[in-house]
Amino acid sequence: METLRTQALTRRFGDLVALDQLTLAVEEGEIFGLVGPDGAGKTTTMRLLTGILEPSSGEAWVDGLHTVRETEAIKDRIGYMSQRFGLYPDLTVQENIDFYADLYEVPKAGRGERMERLLAFSNLTPFRRRQAGNLSGGMKQKLGLACALIHTPRVLFLDEPTNGVDPVSRRDFWRILYQLQQERVTIFVSTAYLDEAERCNRIGLLHQGRLMACDTVDGVKGLLRGALLELRCEAPRPAARLLREAAIGSVALFGDRLHVLVEDEARGRQAVEAALRAGGIALRELRTIEPSLEDVFTSALPGGSA
Amino acid sequence: MTDAAGSYAVTLRNLERRFGEFVAVNRISLDVRQGEIFGFLGPNGAGKSTTIRMLCGLLEPSSGEGTVAGLDIRTQREEIKRRIGYMSQKFSLYDDLTVEENIDFFSGIYRVPREKKAARKDWVLDMANLQEHRHTRTGLLPAGWKQRLSLGCALLHEPRILFLDEPTSGVDPLSRRTFWDLIYEMASQGVTVFVTTHYMEEAEYCDRLALIYRGELVALGTPSDMKGSLMADQVLSVSCERPHEALGVAAGLEGVRDAALFGRDIHLMTEDAGDLAPRLRQVLEARGFQVGTMEPITPSLEDVFVSLIEARDRADGSQQEFKA
Repeated sequence: METLRTQALTRRFGDLVALDQLTLAVEEGEIFGLVGPDGAGKTTTMRLLTGILEPSSGEAWVDGLHTVRETEAIKDRIGYMSQRFGLYPDLTVQENIDFYADLYEVPKAGRGERMERLLAFSNLTPFRRRQAGNLSGGMKQKLGLACALIHTPRVLFLDEPTNGVDPVSRRDFWRILYQLQQERVTIFVSTAYLDEAERCNRIGLLHQGRLMACDTVDGVKGLLRGALLELRCEAPRPAARLLREAAIGSVALFGDRLHVLVEDEARGRQAVEAALRAGGIALRELRTIEPSLEDVFTSALPGGSA
Repeated sequence: MTDAAGSYAVTLRNLERRFGEFVAVNRISLDVRQGEIFGFLGPNGAGKSTTIRMLCGLLEPSSGEGTVAGLDIRTQREEIKRRIGYMSQKFSLYDDLTVEENIDFFSGIYRVPREKKAARKDWVLDMANLQEHRHTRTGLLPAGWKQRLSLGCALLHEPRILFLDEPTSGVDPLSRRTFWDLIYEMASQGVTVFVTTHYMEEAEYCDRLALIYRGELVALGTPSDMKGSLMADQVLSVSCERPHEALGVAAGLEGVRDAALFGRDIHLMTEDAGDLAPRLRQVLEARGFQVGTMEPITPSLEDVFVSLIEARDRADGSQQEFKA
């Protein structure tokens, strides 16, 4: 069942087309990632889908409701954690959740139980009386999530939820999202980070307002033609220069490793070995690896703003 | 320490900083070679910023020693401030100034000698590929261009060491690659680059990484070392139907340190993937799960990071029990 659908959704700001004819569908219980750099149109999409902003053209439905004609009804069905999600620093954890419960008109009956569940689920129970301003970045993020979930929404919108959060807290946050998924909550998350995108069931790559690709992570990785070689050698920087000059394939330097995208695996390997031998650089390791989303993004998609 | 300071851009020996009872940085020792790109990682509150502030001459150590660009971090702090470059997302350009005005402004701040100003400006415009945009308002530039300009401004006074704080956060991967190609270029000219970041995508670009946690240095090595010899655990990737439920089963098995979903796959951290795999398959199949592939994978830097930190938590936990 589809929980979210857009049809040629477009938003202009003056001459700028922030979102250009976005058409996509997200299934119930899916974690869908909208992936792209700053300025790609991610936040605009979020604001259109949550009914905060009206489209210039095109339409969208969330949980069966039209985002323009049924805006009020949508607000009861969705949770939205924006990048500037408002927590009140001088209220305690519990008071913040209570505040959002009032805002969403959650009935008092059953509210206590819901609160306990959310606190437990976000590992915030021991901190319930701590002022939100005194929480760590990762804990603030989890409190934001708890507040966005107080009215038991069916669809959750998260705009770059783990910006500035360390990897341990980020992993914790995702553990919570997967638990929500088990309760059939649909999650629409935006991120500028490709390692975060790898955790989604399906992703859409947004670039300058346009959807460049939309598929499972493996599907998107399948867009990469050829074989990706990873090599470790002495003097990686001169080696990168050497391989670029030899035009063996697309070369990317990563600290002590090089990634070379070649058309044909066997011939590519031979060419790399030959070029390094000729340059007098000792090769320590050469293997074929699974591409990451980053490899796909830099090699398979049309040029960006750089 | 003058000998060591000659070939190293940063040397730290038992560097410590306390705030009252709290030990923010606990006897850290490390060396960063000249021209090295060194990544400094750690969760929030681990002591990263305190260390950086000491390295930049903004904070005095409580004890221990250190040099930056050959200068003593206790006695030559003013000199250090003039000799380093610093670039951060938070501390950056003026959006309503043009590209050129920003360069002029930072030229003034960094006290670039008058006779050098024009040449340095040209250098920044060339390096950042912004010659044709010198009169453009900075706020109108795409994120990746701004980042290059910001980098150029941090290098105006030709520092020998450059501190980067989450330098490419929010930039598309192509711009990030362009940015890092510039960094590699700087490094090959001998500039040392010290990077802090939460993003493992950035960490992957470094020559060497340090992980600090609770004020202590937990691991030090190249990204490959981190994923290989320094990673105590192995990662087993399992594809299986109903992964959420299977995750619960897997997490309860003996020898599983951590279990997490990754898209549709389950990633299990374990000491011995070879031992775990057949046991897990048996248990899952006995409960009616269709099990697909099961294979040990190269851990991501995030896996390594989490694994090292959890190992340290376990060690500290048992130590506390022992004390009690």
